[in-house]
Amino acid sequence: MSAELGHAALWMAAALAILQLLGGALAQRDAQAPLAALVRPAAMLQGFLAVFSFAMLLWVFAITDLSVKLVATNSHSMKPMIFKLSGAWGNHEGSMLLWVTVMALAGALIAWLEKRLPEKTMQATLASQGFVAIGFYAFLLLSSNPFERLASPVAEGNGLNPLLQDIGLAFHPPTLYMGYVGLSVAFSFAVGAMLTRQVNPEFARVMRPWVLGAWVFLTLGITAGSYWAYYELGWGGWWFWDPVENASLMPWLAATALLHSASVLAARDALRAWTIMLGVVAFSMSMLGTFLVRSGILTSVHAFAVDPERGSFILALLAIYIGGALLLFALRAGSVSEGQRFAAVSREGALVFNNVMLCSILGIVLLGTLYPLLTEAFDVRVSVGPPYFNPVGAIFTIPMLLVMAVGPLLRWREDNIERVRAPIAIVVALIVTTALLVVLASTTDVGVLPLLGLAIAVGLSVASFLPLRGRNLLRTPLSIWGMVLAHFGIAVSLFGMASESAFTEEKLVAISPGETSQIGGFAISLESVDPIAGPNWTAMEARITARRGEGAVEVLRPQSRHFFAPVQQTTESALLTRWDGQLYAVVGAPSPDGRWQLRLWWKPFVTLIWYGGLLISLGGALAIVGRLVSDIRRRRTQARDDDEREELESLRQSGAIPAGSTT
Amino acid sequence: MMRWTLWAPLLLFAFFLGLAGYQLFQPKDEFIPSTMIGRSLPEFSLEPASEARPGVTLADFKDGTPKLLNIWASWCLPCIAEAPHLEALNEAGVEIIGVAIRDKREDVDRFLATHGNPYSRIGSDEISAIQLEIGSSGVPETFVIDGNGVITHQHIGDVRADDVPELLEKLREAAE
Amino acid sequence: MRGWVTLLAASLAVPVAAQDALPPAPYAYTQLDDPAQEAKAVELMETLRCLKCQSQSIADSDAPMAGDMRHQVRTRIAAGQEPEQIRQWLIDRYGDYVSYDPRITSSTWPLFVIPLILLLIAGVLLARRVGRKSTGGPEEIFEEADS
Repeated sequence: MSAELGHAALWMAAALAILQLLGGALAQRDAQAPLAALVRPAAMLQGFLAVFSFAMLLWVFAITDLSVKLVATNSHSMKPMIFKLSGAWGNHEGSMLLWVTVMALAGALIAWLEKRLPEKTMQATLASQGFVAIGFYAFLLLSSNPFERLASPVAEGNGLNPLLQDIGLAFHPPTLYMGYVGLSVAFSFAVGAMLTRQVNPEFARVMRPWVLGAWVFLTLGITAGSYWAYYELGWGGWWFWDPVENASLMPWLAATALLHSASVLAARDALRAWTIMLGVVAFSMSMLGTFLVRSGILTSVHAFAVDPERGSFILALLAIYIGGALLLFALRAGSVSEGQRFAAVSREGALVFNNVMLCSILGIVLLGTLYPLLTEAFDVRVSVGPPYFNPVGAIFTIPMLLVMAVGPLLRWREDNIERVRAPIAIVVALIVTTALLVVLASTTDVGVLPLLGLAIAVGLSVASFLPLRGRNLLRTPLSIWGMVLAHFGIAVSLFGMASESAFTEEKLVAISPGETSQIGGFAISLESVDPIAGPNWTAMEARITARRGEGAVEVLRPQSRHFFAPVQQTTESALLTRWDGQLYAVVGAPSPDGRWQLRLWWKPFVTLIWYGGLLISLGGALAIVGRLVSDIRRRRTQARDDDEREELESLRQSGAIPAGSTT
Repeated sequence: MMRWTLWAPLLLFAFFLGLAGYQLFQPKDEFIPSTMIGRSLPEFSLEPASEARPGVTLADFKDGTPKLLNIWASWCLPCIAEAPHLEALNEAGVEIIGVAIRDKREDVDRFLATHGNPYSRIGSDEISAIQLEIGSSGVPETFVIDGNGVITHQHIGDVRADDVPELLEKLREAAE
Repeated sequence: MRGWVTLLAASLAVPVAAQDALPPAPYAYTQLDDPAQEAKAVELMETLRCLKCQSQSIADSDAPMAGDMRHQVRTRIAAGQEPEQIRQWLIDRYGDYVSYDPRITSSTWPLFVIPLILLLIAGVLLARRVGRKSTGGPEEIFEEADS
């Protein structure tokens, strides 16, 4: 019964999305149209129904209702509850339902709370939101119904891919989806603003919390995904420039550019068309990512069954929404004047420079990701990987990071480079000293990019705090703290990446229990290897002790796991975290003579990569709070001023003009 | 701002749509073909993989008659499926030389006893060295080798009934 | 994203049925004695594609064939070959697909020309937007005025 209720709610939500679109569209002609008043309530009810539908899906997974096809193919009665629930979105249909649920929820939120924009623009925005939602409802209901029943229930489910049975991973997809969907709101605002020609600072301010929110979730999602790949895949890699990873990085790059250009628009009423364009691009990248992953167009038959039907459905949605928005852009943007020029040395000058750099990096990632698709059309197969992305991306990243160190110190409008000479000197000195120290101190050959990374990271970490100098720290607005933290997070993360690439030590050994080895200053000893059993797997677990110098003896327990539903072999790495890095241990196969393969890595400061990601997200969250608070305060003051002015006015006129006709 | 620049994003997007739409309906070909076609086998010498047959060297391919070089393994399931068709090729007078990849002698013997032995020689390639030398990326794969040890054709995947005439044709071409 | 996961998962998970029983090739999981040579080998392995798995380098894969390729790389490095020689040896057999480091060829030149064009566009965009002075816009700098 729950499955049917969920399914029915989905249909009703789809109908409401249509109502929302129609109402919003009619309101553009006639603000008094009867349907116009229904736009906001429709959006709110739609949000409720979508949430209800998703709750029903969670329920059938929780009780392992094996008459529902999705449960039978993706779940198993023996799974722990948390993975039963995460199994609800750990598959195509469920994840698309999660997508529309978050999207409908976001629509409901803006319909309920957002009162700052002209009503007409809001209606256009909600109509656009409804329009996008309709496509995804159609996709779900017509080709990927998550509530489909089996003719006869099966005795047991197929289980969930063991690699997905991981707590970090259970929350990875929802996080990324919130990011993607937050960008759909930015997209709808951009379309609404274009339709009603209301591209102005107020629009930027209304859109900005959504972009920031999406960006925070994307940052968290990418950070979590990277850490998962790092500890779960068993080879110590944290970024592979894999198409699917790139698919999550591209929306992040676009959102980063968007949130900075929205700042310029909000503060200086400039970069109007550019901001609109980025709003469209950011959501395009979300949908493109979904397309690349779901269609299997870039992956392989070895990996997953390719489904051209799903692929073509998403491609059609892409064509309609993104094609439509770009067409609208081409038609309307000409009348949105870009207007101002910027002084090269000014806050907006730096922001524009880095916006262009971010967009170029986005272009490179997009090019490298899609290029194999292009050559395949000519029957040539090529691979584009780290040796391409790293150096080519660096051409744009390095200038961007340097400008980022100085930009926040500059004044709006126009500044004098003399004024910031001292901070620039400090940062340059730090960068040069670090580079020299690393070259002199390191025994091995540190690559050019890691060297630059280390040096810039040190300079940037100091530079990111310079905007606070001369300020009363208690009275510094939260949004400034947010920026400082986020920029510092970039420096921290960069330091981790560079340090990991430059100084990682690797050791592959085959030893018997009782034997020892050495890595990164640790004395390693294999104590024993024993079979153990988990709820749905068995494993060989190694007991390894590690000791650095005269420190305490630590125990690591890496496993080689064998899952039986479905049958699969995985390696579970064991990590020993120290303030200056991580010891990473994996146990491999036994050799006939009774020795065990151990893979050991010492990765100096590797954890900073993810701590940096967390700092960036925290900075984003602070900025949201700061912006909202200052916005509410400003609007209150303005409302009070308006009231006072009105009162004065009416006093002065002393009833000469009847009330109500003053507008 | 020039007007045409506003259309550039739409044009780029349309290009992507066209490409993606086209690729979506292309049969997905995940095989990685060898680029060694037309080139000679390398100098090599493999130990016998079975009691029943001798090992393989380059010289075995240079006796003037075209042959099939079958890359297989006892642990590979499609190899069981192709066994009867290799048998059919053998009955048609084709000499098939096998290379067993990462295999054990007792497993090879058991496989041959169960599924038949169409091979004249079977070499054992424990570290995929010959496989890598000839650009083969999986098991099973079948190469047509002419009388001088030059690779003229690669068949990826198991040999099915309807592949047999094609392989015979390729062998005939290699003989010319 | 889940797709990322399934992709990696599927490429990692070697179906047990199709597993051979032999121990890995000698240098699949054994480092070279000379650290400089080993570093060279690792650097190369990280840029070679595992042909049996999707989107993984041979340095990141447990697939037997990746192990055999690592063995080839290490023994060839130990025999004094240069990394680029070994890369070329593989490209000769499998085509450009095996290398993650695209060369400039008739089919890959756009990969290198487009970034240059991007650089050019970026330059033009900046030159057009950046003048001597910031003009226009509201007199007041909204909320950021407090910064």
